Amino acid sequence: MTKIKLADKAVELIKGICAQFNNQESELINVLHQVQHKLGYLPAEVQEVIAKELNMSVAKVYGVVTFYSFFTMLPQGQHPISICMGTACYVRGAEKVLHEFKRQLGIEVGQTSVDGRFSLSCLRCVGACGLAPVVLVGEKVYGRVSPQQVAKIIAEYQEACVNPQTA
Amino acid sequence: MAEFNTHILVCGGTGCKASQADLLKTNLTKRIIDHGLHEQVQVLQTGCFGFCEKGPIVKIQPDNTFYVSVEPEDANEIVDEHILKGRKVERLLYKDPKTEEKVGDSKHMDFYKKQVRIALRNCGFINPENIEEYIGNDGYAALGKCLESYSPKEVIDLIKKSGLRGRGGGGFPTGLKWEITHNVAGDEKFVVCNADEGDPGAFMDRSILEGDPHSVIEAMAICGYCIGASKGLVYIRAEYPLAIQRLKIALEQAKEYGLLGPEILGSAFNFEIEIRYGAGAFVCGEETALIHSMEGKRGEPTFKPPFPSESGYMGKPTNVNNVETFANIPPIINKGADWFASIGTEKSKGTKVFALAGKINNVGLIEVPMGITLREVIYDIGGGIKDGKEFKAVQTGGPSGGCLTIDFLDTPIDYDNLIAAGSMMGSGGMIVMDEDDCMVSIAKFYLEFTLDESCGKCTPCRIGNKRLHEILVKITEGKGTSEDIDKLRMLSHVIKDTSLCGLGQTSPNPILSTLDNFLHEYEAHVEHQSCPAGQCKALMQYVIEDEKCTGCTLCFRNCPVGAISGEKRSPHYIDQKLCIKCGVCFEKCKFDAIKIA
Amino acid sequence: MKKIKLNIDNKTLEVPKGTTILDAASVVGIDIPTLCHMKLHDMNIENKPGGCRVCVVEVKGRRNLAPACCTEVAEGMEISTHSMRAVNARRTVLELILSDHPSDCLVCAKSGKCDLQEMAQNMGIREIHYQGAQSHYREDTSPAIIRELDKCILCRRCETMCNKVQSVGVLSTINRGFEAVVSPAFEMNLDHSVCTYCGQCVAVCPTGALTEVDETGAVIRALSDPSKTVIVQTAPAVRAALGEEFEMEAGTLVTGKMVSALRRLGFDYVFDTDFAADLTIMEEGTELLNRLGKYLGGDKNVKMPILTSCCPAWVKFFEHQFPELKDIPSTARSPQQMFGAIAKTYFADKIEVKRENLVVVSIMPCVAKKYESSRDEFAVNGNPDVDYALTTRELASLINISNIDFKSLPEEDFDQPLGESTGAAVIFGTTGGVIEAAVRTAYEIQTGKSLPRLDFEELRGMEGLRKATIDFDGTPINIGIAHGLGNARQLLEQIKAGESEFHAIEIMSCPGGCIGGGGQPYHHGDVEILKKRQKAIYSEDKNKTLRKSHENPHIQKLYEEFLGAPMSEKAHHLLHTKYFDRS
Repeated sequence: MTKIKLADKAVELIKGICAQFNNQESELINVLHQVQHKLGYLPAEVQEVIAKELNMSVAKVYGVVTFYSFFTMLPQGQHPISICMGTACYVRGAEKVLHEFKRQLGIEVGQTSVDGRFSLSCLRCVGACGLAPVVLVGEKVYGRVSPQQVAKIIAEYQEACVNPQTA
Repeated sequence: MAEFNTHILVCGGTGCKASQADLLKTNLTKRIIDHGLHEQVQVLQTGCFGFCEKGPIVKIQPDNTFYVSVEPEDANEIVDEHILKGRKVERLLYKDPKTEEKVGDSKHMDFYKKQVRIALRNCGFINPENIEEYIGNDGYAALGKCLESYSPKEVIDLIKKSGLRGRGGGGFPTGLKWEITHNVAGDEKFVVCNADEGDPGAFMDRSILEGDPHSVIEAMAICGYCIGASKGLVYIRAEYPLAIQRLKIALEQAKEYGLLGPEILGSAFNFEIEIRYGAGAFVCGEETALIHSMEGKRGEPTFKPPFPSESGYMGKPTNVNNVETFANIPPIINKGADWFASIGTEKSKGTKVFALAGKINNVGLIEVPMGITLREVIYDIGGGIKDGKEFKAVQTGGPSGGCLTIDFLDTPIDYDNLIAAGSMMGSGGMIVMDEDDCMVSIAKFYLEFTLDESCGKCTPCRIGNKRLHEILVKITEGKGTSEDIDKLRMLSHVIKDTSLCGLGQTSPNPILSTLDNFLHEYEAHVEHQSCPAGQCKALMQYVIEDEKCTGCTLCFRNCPVGAISGEKRSPHYIDQKLCIKCGVCFEKCKFDAIKIA
Repeated sequence: MKKIKLNIDNKTLEVPKGTTILDAASVVGIDIPTLCHMKLHDMNIENKPGGCRVCVVEVKGRRNLAPACCTEVAEGMEISTHSMRAVNARRTVLELILSDHPSDCLVCAKSGKCDLQEMAQNMGIREIHYQGAQSHYREDTSPAIIRELDKCILCRRCETMCNKVQSVGVLSTINRGFEAVVSPAFEMNLDHSVCTYCGQCVAVCPTGALTEVDETGAVIRALSDPSKTVIVQTAPAVRAALGEEFEMEAGTLVTGKMVSALRRLGFDYVFDTDFAADLTIMEEGTELLNRLGKYLGGDKNVKMPILTSCCPAWVKFFEHQFPELKDIPSTARSPQQMFGAIAKTYFADKIEVKRENLVVVSIMPCVAKKYESSRDEFAVNGNPDVDYALTTRELASLINISNIDFKSLPEEDFDQPLGESTGAAVIFGTTGGVIEAAVRTAYEIQTGKSLPRLDFEELRGMEGLRKATIDFDGTPINIGIAHGLGNARQLLEQIKAGESEFHAIEIMSCPGGCIGGGGQPYHHGDVEILKKRQKAIYSEDKNKTLRKSHENPHIQKLYEEFLGAPMSEKAHHLLHTKYFDRS
């Protein structure tokens, strides 16, 4: 595992969040939510600080982080793509859509594209079953997505981050 | 609401918001102001109307005009035509698929005709971000009534008498649960609202919290009064940002109005509510796992007893109910136990909210009286099967449930009938399947879900489900044997019999129920290596029909693995060994020359 | 207490309310198999996740099968532990476990002592019907413990020991579902963690997932190297447990047979760690009296209490978790390391063998001793004072490899001079022993009077935390005893808060002290075995003519000839150490 050095500012931020929850061990999940919200992910070094602040073992923190699918130890892509795999979406072809995303981005679920632009994940039912199959890019919801639309969706974000120097 | 004579209600559910309902509302508001009508006409964002299929929805009160699939650009026309000139915008009205006629009043829509709304009573009618609208619709009257005129025991008796059963899956009598927690001695007790809705394809709890959060807050306070708790916790999925936001607003408002906090409504009763977040673990819907998760731990279930009613959150007596159960409480107290008990069947009282999805015309959220038949739900409310296809099955109860076939179309839906039919109520997901759905694949889909969501604590769920899934994969790849079918059945029974919690105890249900009802599909995969629904990739072949192929080379150029060969202007050929069955050639061919065999 | 009447396998019985089906069944001689369940009675150690599900039984009227380990009996319950439904389910569950377990039993370190293997045998498993993917994890080898997680069955006993009992917190269950496994944070190796190598995880693991590093091969090589003089020392707790490896009753003292076995293995000298234990008392006792004298004399710079330091896991524990207290424990090295230091100086000179050609092997009830012997400060120019530290189990394996019929061996005596010891040294093997030995010597040195009694019953027992006040001829000395690191933590927290009432504290990492060490024959959850070992230790003490360390004639001679006096400069150099902040 590659070690990263946490910026002092990040350490202070984590400490602040822990203090906000009175450094209580029972608030671990709330702390993890807040820290991930701020930092984007929960690398080992971050978990070590949290463990220390909440006076609990790092192993336990890691045990909790790896239990819940919401928490991630890897940095997400600039545009995280999530495919809803709820039943409604599944029976309306979500698997084919997922397959197409994998094929076009050349990554598996849980991975981030080499350029750091996209990461791919599955989630269970966003409750927009009327729009099945549903794809989320960041916070934006795409409904009734067909495999044919995948290229268009990806292009939307690629254009958005065209580097002016190379364009 | 008194000063306005017209209300434009815009659906603010997640589905409609995803289809630009926010912009639509902005446009409507702007147009109203442009016309100087903002003193008479109010534009409101409400909770989900349930009719997600045709979102975004706009409803105009008082005449119940129901506009469907409204786009932001339609705002001006609605205001100019409907509001100013009093003419309904015909093209946006819902068209009854049977009569082909436009329906002007939502009361006459089949989708709503058979619905009875108790838990969803305010969803789509009030602005969930304004407590006064809730209060204006009998809100907090039930809490006031309890605190003023009833003892906790009397409220519990009333709930017991109503026959309300838990809507989260198990169907345990709610009044009895409250009574047990009431009777346990304890210096501190907790009320927990389980809003960790995890069944893929069920979203009623989310809609209630988004559309009517105060009904849950009020009910939790009533529960606290009954069991002797002064603290409530809502455990909600972090994936529901809108519900969280509305709940937070509602909690603030309730505090402001003295409906939460110390000495509520001048009584000696104190109650406050905190929010706890789930983090993506389906097993946390199980109450002991949920409690561990709230305590900051891995959400692993523990053996019951002790039940949460004796030893729950922080080891204290805790009453856990789900969102929909709570949403039923205030109406029961306001209208009486007898009223509630008059709805439904003998052992299942009241209504149930179902999330209707899958291959059905009217996808959406519906609330129907217990005892309604599947046929009514699917054909009357749901508008029948999509694209005129053949109904095959409906899956209820999510990953814990089973499939009901055409034979059960006329069975009244209630807790006990569903169990007798090999399925269960679950939290109310109802996924309709048609002839194109492979039932072995459906079973595999649910097992995949269980596999992903198993906590891993007990052997049968951790390893047993893995083995079940492996056998299903084998079968869908055409490598299964008839012995595998026997193994599926035997192992399923042991997993049900030995698993630690409800997740494992019900995880084989999708397999057992498809084995019972669709054995021939399993046999087709095993004996003939064929998938009757044409779904199983490994068992299908793309072939080019010589007589239709013009040799245009489009398929050849698009095949990602170079499996297609052939001379220009003469029929092409797919090498089955190389083909990865991606279907690109099938989609690209302009001459319909590629067939699935 | 309220009694519950019930029926198990057609036997009617009455048990107190709150009894589990498992315990109730054992009352009428029904032995329901278990894997994850572990209960060390009287020691407050219990692991009951209800996860393995092999103990399921059929309860009349119940929808599904009930796990016997966590289901409490109820009035009128009718239970069948071997109905077809229960047996079929139990066998299927076991087959599932086996389907995700390597079948390399023939070459597994745990073969013959594996609970899983024994159960498969008892249940007559001849075929695994549900084959499929197996979980694979990276193997982790630390200085003392090997983790082979492919063999983990997620019973979580190790997790309970590491967290609830030892409060070390290295292990946690991680991931979920089929990928769930017990691991240190970030799936790092143990040597990157705060692991103390106490080995309690190894002691309770039902399979071969956790074992000690096997050094028997290296010892065999040393023994067959003609250029090496190989000497061995044996810790006191070993003699009270080794017999169990040869089907002897727990608590059988096998000192004489052990010595004779070691001689047959080819060790040039068979010595006793007890000798070094007596030496430890001389150093630690003197240190205690020095500190106590200054403290009672009003010296504010002296820190109290003094803590024992013979347990390497305990040392590593406070180095990680309480570095601010690292000045408090005695600086005396452990007996194993004192022995090594004396052997490679005083004794090597005596027999005129160069340090490099003298190999010191120790037989320990402990896996942490492997780690201790590898610490840099216990080596001279890269040559360690103790070359190999074997566990009791490894010694048994060595004896078996060498075709020695242990049971029929004659009884022999240790070699001299490093084989002489007193009863005070023997009791180092149990909780409370070290402090009792220290009291026997310190009292006489301090007061100049002969002790009126030698058995300090008030210091003995099995409770995790004990305290007693010993009257040092008018000066009351408060003594605290903790075994199990979780208990030790409580005492340390008190010290940290400045609330400790004690002058001296004995700490042993393992429940029961060294008799319950991580390197001892597996007790399989039977606490009676530990009690029998303890009894054996005290009886050996009782039967010794010399029972006070300062009366050991060879110790006296060692000071005369070599060290000078306790705490002398030479003694400091060879017999004392320092601690590091590892937080």
